[in-house]
Amino acid sequence: MDHLSELYQAVILDHNRRPRNFGKLPEANRVATGDNPSCGDHFTVYLRLTDDRIEKVAFDGAGCAISKAAASLMTVSLMGKSVAEAENLFREFHHLVTTGEADEENLSDMAAFAGVSQFPARIKCATLAWHAALNAARGTGDKATTEEPV
Amino acid sequence: MSAASSSWQRGVVRADFPILDQAVNGHPLVYLDNAATSQKPRAVIEAMQRFYERDNSNVHRGIHTLSHRATVAYEGARERAAEFLGAADASEIIFTRGTTEAINLVANSWGGAFLREGDRVLLTEMEHHSNLVPWHLLAERLKLELLHVPITGDDGLLDLERVDGLLDAGVKLFAFTHVSNTLGTVNPAAELCRRARERGIITLVDAAQSAGHQPVNAREIGCDFLAASGHKLCGPTGIGILYGRRDLLDAMPPFLGGGEMILKVGLSASTFKKAPQRFEAGTPPFAEAVGLRAAMDYLDDIGREAIFEHDRELARHARAGLADLPGIRLLGTPDGAGIVSFHFDEIHAHDIVTFADQAGIAMRGGHHCTQPLMTRLGLDSTTRASFYFYNTREEADRLVETMARIHKFFTG
Ligand SMILES: Cc1ncc(COP(=O)(O)O)c(C=O)c1O
Repeated sequence: MDHLSELYQAVILDHNRRPRNFGKLPEANRVATGDNPSCGDHFTVYLRLTDDRIEKVAFDGAGCAISKAAASLMTVSLMGKSVAEAENLFREFHHLVTTGEADEENLSDMAAFAGVSQFPARIKCATLAWHAALNAARGTGDKATTEEPV
Repeated sequence: MSAASSSWQRGVVRADFPILDQAVNGHPLVYLDNAATSQKPRAVIEAMQRFYERDNSNVHRGIHTLSHRATVAYEGARERAAEFLGAADASEIIFTRGTTEAINLVANSWGGAFLREGDRVLLTEMEHHSNLVPWHLLAERLKLELLHVPITGDDGLLDLERVDGLLDAGVKLFAFTHVSNTLGTVNPAAELCRRARERGIITLVDAAQSAGHQPVNAREIGCDFLAASGHKLCGPTGIGILYGRRDLLDAMPPFLGGGEMILKVGLSASTFKKAPQRFEAGTPPFAEAVGLRAAMDYLDDIGREAIFEHDRELARHARAGLADLPGIRLLGTPDGAGIVSFHFDEIHAHDIVTFADQAGIAMRGGHHCTQPLMTRLGLDSTTRASFYFYNTREEADRLVETMARIHKFFTG
């Protein structure tokens, strides 16, 4: 069960049970969805973007503990970031979930996702909401799926 | 047969499956993903190996000895498949790549030739995507209308009272699954086919989940077409079976074109062989046919009635244990096949499956290629345990214990 407690760290279980910024964002000016057709996980990410800065972010939808907690922690970390900073953060997060190594302090609580790297099938879960958020932030489309590189 | 069943019930049969004898993530493997694909007994693995080591050669075309041997083996498998599925004659058996290709063959060949704009095809809400999407494609092409027999609710039974009315709505073909891969429901195939036949409606039975798990006899069911996959019945991947009534096959145009299926080919036109060769373009899966034959022999040695009882008994046992977990939603009924699907509001199927995998239990979580059924049930996914004759009561107990631990881990 060692891998399991690494995967499902307390932070992740907590964000799964009590997701932050969960719900619609009426003042959003960018919205994008993320779908994983292989498992049915689906999230919508709402952004309030002003002058290239993410003022507010929220999400709703349904998915597994990993995808939901990742979405929740993502919303917390994106608040107040510029689009470029969001891109960098995702790069670090992606590195973390694919290799298990964090090379920056920026990830803070999101470092809890290091265990995902032991479960290759679950990497898509951890990154689903991120793809939607970046699509929304860049204005590159309102739909992300795990079936196409974003 | 009874001697065989008394020995396999003691677990002797497990020794026939090399793959079952391993630890996964530090625990003895419990393989409960049989609805996705079954494991292979040594008899099947060795039959294919022997074929590759001694007889391998392309079928039909060759004059030489090996080609003759391979042809005899391939056509022998066809005879055996006819017997296995209750066809009147081996010429009613077409080897395909699997159930999916078999259904696509019927949709394109029979459907393409005999359906017209405005015609209706009846399906059900519990179909696998492979018995939905080929009809979507055809409906788009020919402007057909698709109707669906509803299910009654979480028990996952077809609403039989609705069937006659739907059949009477100008339906030309009724395609339905024999056993639901998600719910384990065993549909009354013979009864459904009788109602269709009385109205002159053509029937297709998706036997992917039934052919290896219970006696399946196309003539007793009274269907016009029946499709199955080798890999779900202890055989290899890459081979499936389409049974089709001879008179229907004879009237159908080819599906794929190529070598093997022709009589005469000119530069701009060609003429075709009779069924079944007409529908087997290109080099067929002959080594796989040898493996499939060994699988059919193996299953009938055990007896598919006994297999069905065993699968169902394990599913009932697991169901009874799971029912005690707080918040569980069990789908299907105890009268179904050896498949148990369930859902917890607070725990996602993929978290369950990851956790179970760490305990050595192979299961599946997701929509099981039945998205419309999931929508109908108001779910995104379920967790599914599917049993086969090599599974044991102890394994069903391990499933229940592990689910109890998972439940505690995520909610406790
Ligand atoms: C009911 C049912 N129909 C059709 C199929 C498709 O079978 P295959 O993928 O072997 O073509 C499956 C298998 O997943 C199934 O369970």
